[in-house]
Amino acid sequence: MKKGVKKLFFLLIAVFIPLQAWAVEVERVISPGGIEAWLVQDHANPVVSMRLAFRGGSELDVPDKAGLANLAASTMDEGAGDIGSQTFQQILADQSITLRFEAGYDRFGGQVKTLTENLDQSMDLLRLALTQPRFDDEPVARLKSQIIAGIRGDSERPVKLAYNAFYKTMFPGHGYARDSDGTLDSVQAITQADLKAFVKTRLARANLVIGVVGDITPQRLSALLDQTFGALPAHPSISRAQDATPNASGRVQVIDRAIPQSTIVFGHGGLKRSDPDYYTALVMNHILGGGSFTSRLYEEIREKRGLAYSVGSGLYPMDHAGLIVGSAGTENARVSEAIDVIRAEWARMAAGKVSERELNDAKTYVTGAFPLTFTSTGAIARVLVGMQLSDLGIDYLDKRNAYIGAVSLDDVKRVAAQYLRPGALDIVVVGKPAGIVPSP
Amino acid sequence: MTKTVLYVLSVVALMLSVGTTTAMAGVFNPQTFVLKNGMQVVVLPNHRAPVVLHMVLYKAGSADEPEGKSGIAHLLEHLMFKGTPNHPNGEFSKTLARHGGQENAFTSFDYTGYHQTVASDRLEMVMELEADRMTNLVLKPEDVTTERAVVLEERNQRIESKPSARLREQANQKLYPKGHPYGRPIIGWRAELEGLTREDALAFYKDHYAPDNAILVVAGDVNVDDVKRLAETYYGPIPARGLGERKSLVTQAPVTGGETVLRDARVKQASWAETIIQPSLTNGDPKRVAALEVLEELLGGGGTARLYRALVVERPLAVSVGAYYDQGARGDGRFAFYASPRPGVSLNQISAAVRNEVQKVLDQGLKDGELARIKKRMLADAVFSRDAMKTGAWSIGGALAAGHSIDDVEMWPERIRAVTEQEILDALKAVLNEPRRITTKLLPNGNGDGA
Repeated sequence: MKKGVKKLFFLLIAVFIPLQAWAVEVERVISPGGIEAWLVQDHANPVVSMRLAFRGGSELDVPDKAGLANLAASTMDEGAGDIGSQTFQQILADQSITLRFEAGYDRFGGQVKTLTENLDQSMDLLRLALTQPRFDDEPVARLKSQIIAGIRGDSERPVKLAYNAFYKTMFPGHGYARDSDGTLDSVQAITQADLKAFVKTRLARANLVIGVVGDITPQRLSALLDQTFGALPAHPSISRAQDATPNASGRVQVIDRAIPQSTIVFGHGGLKRSDPDYYTALVMNHILGGGSFTSRLYEEIREKRGLAYSVGSGLYPMDHAGLIVGSAGTENARVSEAIDVIRAEWARMAAGKVSERELNDAKTYVTGAFPLTFTSTGAIARVLVGMQLSDLGIDYLDKRNAYIGAVSLDDVKRVAAQYLRPGALDIVVVGKPAGIVPSP
Repeated sequence: MTKTVLYVLSVVALMLSVGTTTAMAGVFNPQTFVLKNGMQVVVLPNHRAPVVLHMVLYKAGSADEPEGKSGIAHLLEHLMFKGTPNHPNGEFSKTLARHGGQENAFTSFDYTGYHQTVASDRLEMVMELEADRMTNLVLKPEDVTTERAVVLEERNQRIESKPSARLREQANQKLYPKGHPYGRPIIGWRAELEGLTREDALAFYKDHYAPDNAILVVAGDVNVDDVKRLAETYYGPIPARGLGERKSLVTQAPVTGGETVLRDARVKQASWAETIIQPSLTNGDPKRVAALEVLEELLGGGGTARLYRALVVERPLAVSVGAYYDQGARGDGRFAFYASPRPGVSLNQISAAVRNEVQKVLDQGLKDGELARIKKRMLADAVFSRDAMKTGAWSIGGALAAGHSIDDVEMWPERIRAVTEQEILDALKAVLNEPRRITTKLLPNGNGDGA
C-alpha cells in the first residue's frame, strides 16, 4: 500500500471566527491496484460508512430511455451473481447492511453502511452489485411499477411541476431538461439489455471516487478496495454530456392548477463549482436568500410581509452549467406582490447595496455551519466524495475557511453585478395566481 | 427549511430507531439531573466533533390547546423567534447565524421543541438566549398578524395543496372521540387559525412555558459538570410555576370510525390505509407495546417483510405496502396498514389481500428463525442510532416530553429481546379485534376504486 497524505486539518482557523480548532484527519488510501479512497477513521462505534460516486448520471440517458440511470440504481441491489433478488435483500436485512444506489444528473452514487463485523460481507455484496447485477425480470418489472407510480404521484405535485418546467426551459435539448426519473413511456421502454449495458459502459475505475468513514484502518481499506472495485473496467466507454448555457430571458410561465397556494420557482444562469468566483457567489447568495432565518428574501417576504412560509435561493453548480434558483410558496392573491419583492431584492443586490456587516455575518455563518454537519459517519463520507468530485483537493477542509475569508465587499459587488440579472429571471408559477400575465 | 410542524409520524420513526446490542449497556447511556426549579436536564456526551446540540422541549403541544384555539401551540412556536427586551427584533436567529449556528423548532401533538446546533464553545451563548425567551417573550401586535399569515401559508403548503394531507386531517377527526385533541390538526383548523390573537399566544405561553414544564437536552462535545454549571446559571434562576398535571388523553370513548374517501383530480396514484387505536407506552403493558413493535417489523419492515414479499414481489398487486406503529404518544397509540395498488388493482382487492396475509400470520404463526432474525435486525439498529449525534437527543427528549421515562428508551433492547411468538400473535389478534379504527382511501376523481 502506498500511503498518501496524512495530515491534521484545523477547520476553524480564520481570524473572523474564533471558534475552537477541530481536527478531522483525512487520509488518502491508494490500494496496490491503484484504487484511491479518502478515509476518516473513527473507532468510537463499530460502524463503517462508505459513499461512492461515478461521474456521469442521468444526463447521459437517451430521451426514449430517460430514467435508465435511475432504474439501474433501483435494481442493482435486487440480485447479483448467483444470488437472486429476495435472497440478496434478505442477506442485507439479516446483517443490517445498508447498500443502495442513486442517480443524479451528474453522477451515479452508492452507499454502504454496516457494522464492522459485517464489513467484508458488505463489500462483497457491493462488488457483486457493481459488476454482476442480475436484473431479473421480476425485480425489474417490480421496480418499474414503483418508479412509474412515483412519477404518476409526482405528476401533480406543485414543486415538481414547477422545477420540471423550469429545467425544461433552461436546457432545451440537454439531458438536464429531463427528469432523472424518466417518463411513463421511457421507463417502460428500458430493457434488461439496456441495464446491462449501463453497468458495463458507465461504471469504471477511472470515473469513480470513494469516501470512507468509521471503524476501519487504512490497511484494511486498501485490501478491500482492490477486492471490491478491482473487477470494474479501467475506463467508462461513454463520454460526458456537452456543456450547456442556461436559456433565461425573463419569461413568466403559469401552470394552471386549482390550488390555494402558488408555487413560484425563479432563476437564471449561475456559476459552476470550478469557477474562481464560486466562494464569493456562495457568500453573496447567503445574504440574498441562503439557508438561515436571516436572508434578505426571508426577511422581506416572510418576516415583514407574511407572504410565504418558505422562501429562499441557492446556487446550483452542476458539471455542465451553473444556476441560481429560488422558490417560494404564496397565496394566489399575493403572487404578484411576492414576485415584485423578489425582483426588487435581486436588483438591490445587483446594484451593489451590501454592507460590510452583512458580509461579515454571512462569512461567519458559511464557515461556522459547514462543520456542524460532521456528526455522523455517513455525512462525513458524503463530504469526502463531494470534495473529490469537485477536485477540491485533500486539504480542502483545511483551506475552505481561507477561501471564504478572502471574499471582499468589492468581490461580492462585482459578482452580484455580473450574475444577478433581475430582468432575465425566468419564473414558473404553479397555481391560480392573480394578475400574472404569462409571457407569450 | 424553517420552523416546522412535526407530525407524530416522524417523531415515532425516530423513536423506533432506538436500540442496542448488549443488555448491560443502555442505548444512549444519558446522564440526567433535575434543577431546583424542576427543570429536567439530560446530557449525552459524544466527542466525535466539537459540536453541541442544545434542545429545550416544553410539555405542551397541540393537544394542550384550549377548545377553539387550534393552532396556538404552533403559532406560538413561530412567535418565539420574535424577541425579548434583552434580545429584540429577531436577534435570537441573527446572533445564532453570526456564530454559524443552525436551529429550528417543531410542534407535535404532545410537545414543542427548540433546538440549535453550534460549535461546542458556543453552548453558553445559546443557553443564555434560550433561557431568556422562556419567560421574557415580547410580542408586538404586528408580529402576530404577520406570523399568522405565514402560518396560513404553511397550512396551504402542507395541507391544502396536498390531497393526502387533507385526507389524513379528515380521518383523524373520525378516529378519535368527538372533542379529543388528537382529532384536530397540529397546525390548526383554518377558521380557528385566522382568529388567533396576540393574547391567545401569550396566554398559552404563560400557561405552559416554565422550567418545571421543560426538559433540556444537551448532546455532543460536552461533559455533565459543565452542562450542570451552565444550566444552573441560566435556567436555574427562573422560578418554577407549579403547573398542574396534564389532562389524560387516553380514552375508551367510542369513535365514528368507518371509511373516509377523498377524491381529487390531482390524485394520480390511489392509496389505502387502515388505522387502528392501540395502546402506547402511556397506557399499554410494556410487553404488549414491544410485541406490537416486532409485529410492525414482521409485517412492514422493508423489502423482506411479510406484506411486501406477498403483495409486491410474489403477487404483483401493490407498488408499496407496509405497517406502522406509533407507540410514543402521550395518549393512545396507533397501528396502521397501508398500500398503493398497481394499475388494474382496486383498493378493495388490495385491502382484502392485506387482510389475507395478516390472517396467514395468525393461522400459521411465524416461520422457523423468523423472529430471531427480526430481533437481531432491530437490536442492530441501536448501534446505528448512536452514529448520529442527534438521535439520542431526539429519542430521549421526545420520550420525556410525552411523559415517558429514560428507562422506556434505555430498556428497549431488553423488551424487544423478550418478545415471544405468542405475544406477537396476541397483539395481532388485538389489532384485528379493536373496534376503534378507520379506513382511508385516496382516489382520483370519478367513481372508480383505484383499478
